[in-house]
Amino acid sequence: MTSQPETLVNQEMLDKKDQWSEPNVSPPVSVSDIRKWGIAVYWPDTPPRLFWDEEYAKSTRYGGIVAPHDFNPFAWPVEREVPAARATAAGGGVGTRGMNGGQTDFYEKAMRPGDVVSTSSALVDWYERNGKLGLTLFSVTEVRWTNQNDEIIKKRHSISIRY
Amino acid sequence: MAYNVYYEDVEVGQEIPEWSRQTDFMHWNRYAAINDEFVYIHMDDEAGRAAMNEQGAFGMGNLRFAYFHNALRDWAGDEAYVTKLGCQFRAINQKNDVLTVKGTVTAKREEDGMYLVDIEMNVENQEGQKTAPGEATIALPSKSGNHNLPG
Repeated sequence: MTSQPETLVNQEMLDKKDQWSEPNVSPPVSVSDIRKWGIAVYWPDTPPRLFWDEEYAKSTRYGGIVAPHDFNPFAWPVEREVPAARATAAGGGVGTRGMNGGQTDFYEKAMRPGDVVSTSSALVDWYERNGKLGLTLFSVTEVRWTNQNDEIIKKRHSISIRY
Repeated sequence: MAYNVYYEDVEVGQEIPEWSRQTDFMHWNRYAAINDEFVYIHMDDEAGRAAMNEQGAFGMGNLRFAYFHNALRDWAGDEAYVTKLGCQFRAINQKNDVLTVKGTVTAKREEDGMYLVDIEMNVENQEGQKTAPGEATIALPSKSGNHNLPG
């Protein structure tokens, strides 16, 4: 029988709290990438003209094409990090199982063609509950996206769950 | 100009128009192509079953997140601006599911010159199962014209 630990918070988390990662920088956002994104998320309907029709987009308050809020300029990096196997993933037992707890995005500025987006993240908080899954750890990571003018595009709070 | 909805016309308790998609590999593969999300569980039934989903491959949470935005955009128009959107993924998007984004206005308020509307949202499948409870805030134009719209 596996004994229940008092906490799932480990030293690595304590060391990483509020430590912001080195920025990851996107290639410049392109009109074509925005158009394709619009097509894919609206498939099979025609996406809004704001995402592909420059003449229409000029008539809006944005003054030109902007990307959908959910657009990801970091897709398709040329060099990829191969994620290291997590030591805890192989063992099984309390604290080694995980799931996506959801996300909340706070949007401030639209992404436009030519924007170069930087992102940085930090583990900012955690809390534990004793629930139907036993002792469960909720870790909150904040991700900040900024453009080349250091304007905040969005902040994301994502929650990962371990139990 | 695409001013679909003005702040003054929105009432607490009001439902926004539903937004639906029947999803399958045609949708998931297109999304994988733009978001670089070629993950076996979304592409291969055997991999989906190995991940404990008996029906096989299943859809991306990120695509459902996009659908939330689409529902808000189609309702409010281009000039409105979503300032907050969050959700939790509680159930799997199975192949051929008909996903419907629903939302109900829960509050409205003025803040820093913005006319904000809070909306409780969810994505339901064809069986009425609520797959992704969420909440959004959207800044709408005011008929006064004296509004601050971010973006």
